[in-house]
Amino acid sequence: MDLLYSIFIDPFVQMATAPDLLAQTLWEGLVGGMLYALIALGFVLIFKASGVFNFAQGIMVVFAALTLIGLHKLLVQNGVSNATAAAYLALLLTIGVMFVLAFAVERLVLRPLVNQPDIILFMATFGLTYFLIGFGELVFGGDPKIMITEDLRLPTGAITYKALGGLLSLQRLDIAAAVIAAIMVTTMAVFFSKTRIGRALRAVADSHKAALSVGISLEQIWVIVWFASGLVALVTGIMWGARSDVSFALEVIALKALPVLILGGFTSIPGAIVGGLIIGIGEKLAEFYWGPLIGGGTDSWFAYVLALVFLLFWPHGLFGEKIIERV
Amino acid sequence: MLYREAGQFKTSYLADQAIFPIRQDRIGMAVIIAGAYLLTLTQNDFLLNAMMIPFLIFTLAAIGLNLLTGYTGLLSLGTGAFMGVGAYACYKLTSLFPDVNVLVWVVASGFFAALVGVIFGVPSLRIKGFYLAIATLAAQFFLEWCFIRVPWLYNYNVSGAIEVPTRTLFGIPVTGPTATAQTRYLIVLTIVAVMTWLASNLVHGRIGRMWMAVRDMDIAAELIGIRPLPTKLLAFAISSFYCGVSGALMVFLWYGGAEATVFNINQSFNVLFMIIIGGLGSLIGSYLGAALIFILPIVLRFVPPRLGLDIQAATVEHVTFMIVGALIIFFLIVEPHGLARLWQIAKQKLRVWPFPY
Repeated sequence: MDLLYSIFIDPFVQMATAPDLLAQTLWEGLVGGMLYALIALGFVLIFKASGVFNFAQGIMVVFAALTLIGLHKLLVQNGVSNATAAAYLALLLTIGVMFVLAFAVERLVLRPLVNQPDIILFMATFGLTYFLIGFGELVFGGDPKIMITEDLRLPTGAITYKALGGLLSLQRLDIAAAVIAAIMVTTMAVFFSKTRIGRALRAVADSHKAALSVGISLEQIWVIVWFASGLVALVTGIMWGARSDVSFALEVIALKALPVLILGGFTSIPGAIVGGLIIGIGEKLAEFYWGPLIGGGTDSWFAYVLALVFLLFWPHGLFGEKIIERV
Repeated sequence: MLYREAGQFKTSYLADQAIFPIRQDRIGMAVIIAGAYLLTLTQNDFLLNAMMIPFLIFTLAAIGLNLLTGYTGLLSLGTGAFMGVGAYACYKLTSLFPDVNVLVWVVASGFFAALVGVIFGVPSLRIKGFYLAIATLAAQFFLEWCFIRVPWLYNYNVSGAIEVPTRTLFGIPVTGPTATAQTRYLIVLTIVAVMTWLASNLVHGRIGRMWMAVRDMDIAAELIGIRPLPTKLLAFAISSFYCGVSGALMVFLWYGGAEATVFNINQSFNVLFMIIIGGLGSLIGSYLGAALIFILPIVLRFVPPRLGLDIQAATVEHVTFMIVGALIIFFLIVEPHGLARLWQIAKQKLRVWPFPY
């Protein structure tokens, strides 16, 4: 009975008696979930446009953040005295690097592998992941770096205010991250639904052959899509780097975006966001209220098991397209 | 010239269906097996300890994953965890029943891995492709967490690691610090050879045909009367069995002790790379892939000093990562079916040499 009580009743009693703690946990889950959602967004963009399940997205986040820091350091050392100017110059250069990366991936990986089964392309992004890890560590070194939050003029510090009978503390950075993420997602949604390129992209997603036959250049679309997901990776990298150090250890956290994808469905941008928030909040609540019962550390697997349970009921995710198979 | 099948007539269906229908293949196989056993005589501990034993162990894991991913078409990223289940099961069994021979437990631990594999394989009926791959990540992370947070699994050791006790076979130590490399190599080689033979019979028989039918199109397979759930679960069970035995061998006959981090997600990826580069759906590919992925870093580590180049160990590691990544992409572009296909092409060319076809 004690066990059942501590599983089914006690956590809810705690939630009811300390609503400020609950609100704090929810907020932290929300922010964490938003970052998962951003990584998942990068996956969805590429998957929708090219049918490639891009395993390297998580590494692209780390790679973008490391490039930004590395370039900033280089610029400051070479006489750009104003740190903020250097930071924004580095940001521009990093965007350039992400474009070069997108171009190289299209030319060296996707184009030779066109018309191969999905699984082969998936494996190729594995190769890309390893290559980027090796390359990033070779160029920037393996030690953790500190994100140039202040030079980028991102707000820091915390706002605390009294609510729900306790103190709530919100990091200014998290609020900024939420705003930036919202702006980015809206821009992308508009871009993909209203512009000419966006329409071309959706055509490619529907059918490669049909898109080719009406004169859409696959190569061009792929570069654009990989560049877009590179930009998403850069923003995610900055936000994430500001919360913790930047190192290749982030890779494991980036894997968390995969259950988010399962929850939301591979092909849905809203799905990525909703999935991210569900996973983020669920993970924090589980760890805070139920984690101590089984020894803690549940956040390493909770997201995956939650996604697995969801999959049993929605095999294509919450918002994913239903795949109809024919013999 | 030597590799000609002219004059080798088959007078029965049995002979026609043999796995090695060409005499030269049979001779080659016998030479390879004999050579592998002759290696036991070598006194070169480095060769056995650092190359042959791990190569064979990884081969076994790669065969296990290949049965699941290559033959049945179910992508799994939980190989490392299933290997861990085997290792921890073997450790628990041999510490609970120390009188039973440890080799019995090495094989028995495979059954525990199979059981766990079946449990995590159940969703495979409803989900497939990438969704399933991510679902197996649940197995990977959940089991890894268990290895760390359930102290019963490592006998409440303060270090949290498992230490392999010394166990003997016919009075000769086979595990633990006193076992010689030669003994351990002999045991690993025998187990891997026998299990490869079993796997080869499996995939050439009815079960293998069922797996391949499910891989090629599961709906069509269902229509011709193959029940998908038992077939897929069987693939999960047997694949996990192989992975479990290989995990147990890894800890008991190679490392001599291990922590949970040995069985982390990178181990799963490592084995996956072996079967991609070696060739999906090919047993010889598992050998070739394991050889390439495992031996390549070792070679890369030893080549620069020989050439008189002074490169730091960390740099070598990073370059290794880059080369492995680039190689994966390269192989996928040049030959999506892996080294095994290259091997087949080479054999075909030899058969008709000096004519092009």
